[in-house]
Amino acid sequence: MKKVTVDELKEIAKDLRKKVVTMVYEAQSGHPGGSLSVADFVTACYFKEMSVDPKNPKWADRDRFVLSKGHVCPIQYAALGTLGFFPEEVLHTLRKEGSPLQGHPNMECPGIDIPTGSLGQGFACAVGMAIAAKLDKKSYRVFAVLGDGECQEGEIWEAAQTANKYQLDNLIVFVDNNNLQIDGTTDEVMPNLDLGEKFKAFGFEVYNIDGNDMAQIVRTLDTIKMHAHDHKPKVIIGQTTKGKGISFMENVAVWHGIAPNKEQYEQAIKELDEGYSFN
Amino acid sequence: MEKKATRNGFGDEILELGRKNKDILVVDADIGKSCKTDVFAHELETQHINVGIAEQNAAGVAAGLATCGKIPFVVTYAVFGSLRMCEMIRQEIAYPKLNVKIAGSHGGLTPANDGASHQAVEDIGVMRSIPNMTVIMPADYWSARALVRAAVEQYGPIYLRFTRDAIPVIYDADTKFEIGKAHVLQEGKDLAIIANGDTVCLALEAAKELAKDGTSVKVVDMHTIKPLDVDAVKDCVENIGKIITTEDHNIYNGLGSAVCEVVAELGKGKVKRIGIQDRFGESAPYERLMAKNGITIENIVKTAKEFT
Repeated sequence: MKKVTVDELKEIAKDLRKKVVTMVYEAQSGHPGGSLSVADFVTACYFKEMSVDPKNPKWADRDRFVLSKGHVCPIQYAALGTLGFFPEEVLHTLRKEGSPLQGHPNMECPGIDIPTGSLGQGFACAVGMAIAAKLDKKSYRVFAVLGDGECQEGEIWEAAQTANKYQLDNLIVFVDNNNLQIDGTTDEVMPNLDLGEKFKAFGFEVYNIDGNDMAQIVRTLDTIKMHAHDHKPKVIIGQTTKGKGISFMENVAVWHGIAPNKEQYEQAIKELDEGYSFN
Repeated sequence: MEKKATRNGFGDEILELGRKNKDILVVDADIGKSCKTDVFAHELETQHINVGIAEQNAAGVAAGLATCGKIPFVVTYAVFGSLRMCEMIRQEIAYPKLNVKIAGSHGGLTPANDGASHQAVEDIGVMRSIPNMTVIMPADYWSARALVRAAVEQYGPIYLRFTRDAIPVIYDADTKFEIGKAHVLQEGKDLAIIANGDTVCLALEAAKELAKDGTSVKVVDMHTIKPLDVDAVKDCVENIGKIITTEDHNIYNGLGSAVCEVVAELGKGKVKRIGIQDRFGESAPYERLMAKNGITIENIVKTAKEFT
């Protein structure tokens, strides 16, 4: 838990977004859309909420962070590089041969607590970590980021019922509810119905917020801290915009997994600098 | 001869190990009673997690626990442990080389009356194809106990396969086993039988039969299918030349295939494989199912006699 203002966090999120776009542009490969939609939550976790030590990534009492929607790892890499888990210049090696920044994250990369990339699986691992904390009577927390499309995987709900059974009030889930997946909108591909109601039925405490509003994110995480020992796992359903912050990427499904060209890249950086859609 | 199921060997050993090491956990998926973890669950309640009928989640939860220093055993039937959990094992356990053990009871045709849905005929092939994975099938109660102990001592992902049915006890409590090192039950010079699991006892009986005609048979218990004891296979090729493999698994991708890979690359030696004939099982007595696939003492003897 670090002392930092909402405005400062917004600036950090802007910086991380620029790094994401730069990494994907340089690699000419990667997933910008979802990285941008979760950027604000990831920023709040790493730069305010979580207790981690960049110099000791395996510190036993650290808070865990599980990016279950592993394809958006550029945003996590940007956070880890900025914090000094590895030299920041490593960010330029995304998806390159020999790089610790694999296309989907693995544990060779300092700060990655579990490999992800095959959707639906990371969440179960996060549940296992939260159970371990309970068994060892440790106070660390586990943060997990899921995609709304990812919630179509059955294993998500297997893990959710386990979180309820073991009363994992140390588990904080963020659902990146950007309403888009590769083949179209979630409503077209497979309607999720009301994810908040679903998680509520699975015994979670549910917080519905604007997942791109830093003030709301910070406030929600503060509220969650006051419910730290209520035996209930927490889920934040964050209404987000895929491609958030860049006009031509926002709400356009194809930006799930393609890289910008030079012209698009320059425009993206300009828009992020100007605070497009954040003003 | 005394008979005991190897799942009981697992259940008895995991209980003893769990009493001594509080980091050893059992992750059950509702069939703990049948997989012999019920005493563990009762006595070591805080080391026991039951995720219900949700095997994929069981694998993921175990991976998460392992990242926090635990030694979880995911316990289910071999068919579910290898296939229902397959991709979770690959992605979350084998890829990051986490210290998770998969204990699969009801291996091969041993869940006989349950029929094809519960009989694991392809699990060893599937698990053996995953990088970083160690694959073990013990041949009796005591080797099951010893190999479960060894699995705890060896860091990393390990798949262990046990029998539902009771099979002859061929070792004693003091017999030593090492993962990746074949156990030679008897030496011979005319033929080698490389067997594993519930077929080791059949190999021993067949060797006795063949001895009556003056055929000297070496019997090898290849309890670790991966990493295969390549030197033990080479030894059979160099000194004997003729090998029969026996297994309660599809003849594809199991022990027989693993042995053939070594023999083929050596460019000499002959192998005949006895195992499940690339078909699903059915509800029937265990011995009948084995007989339908030619996994019998008689067929081993016949194959040996025809082997030129």
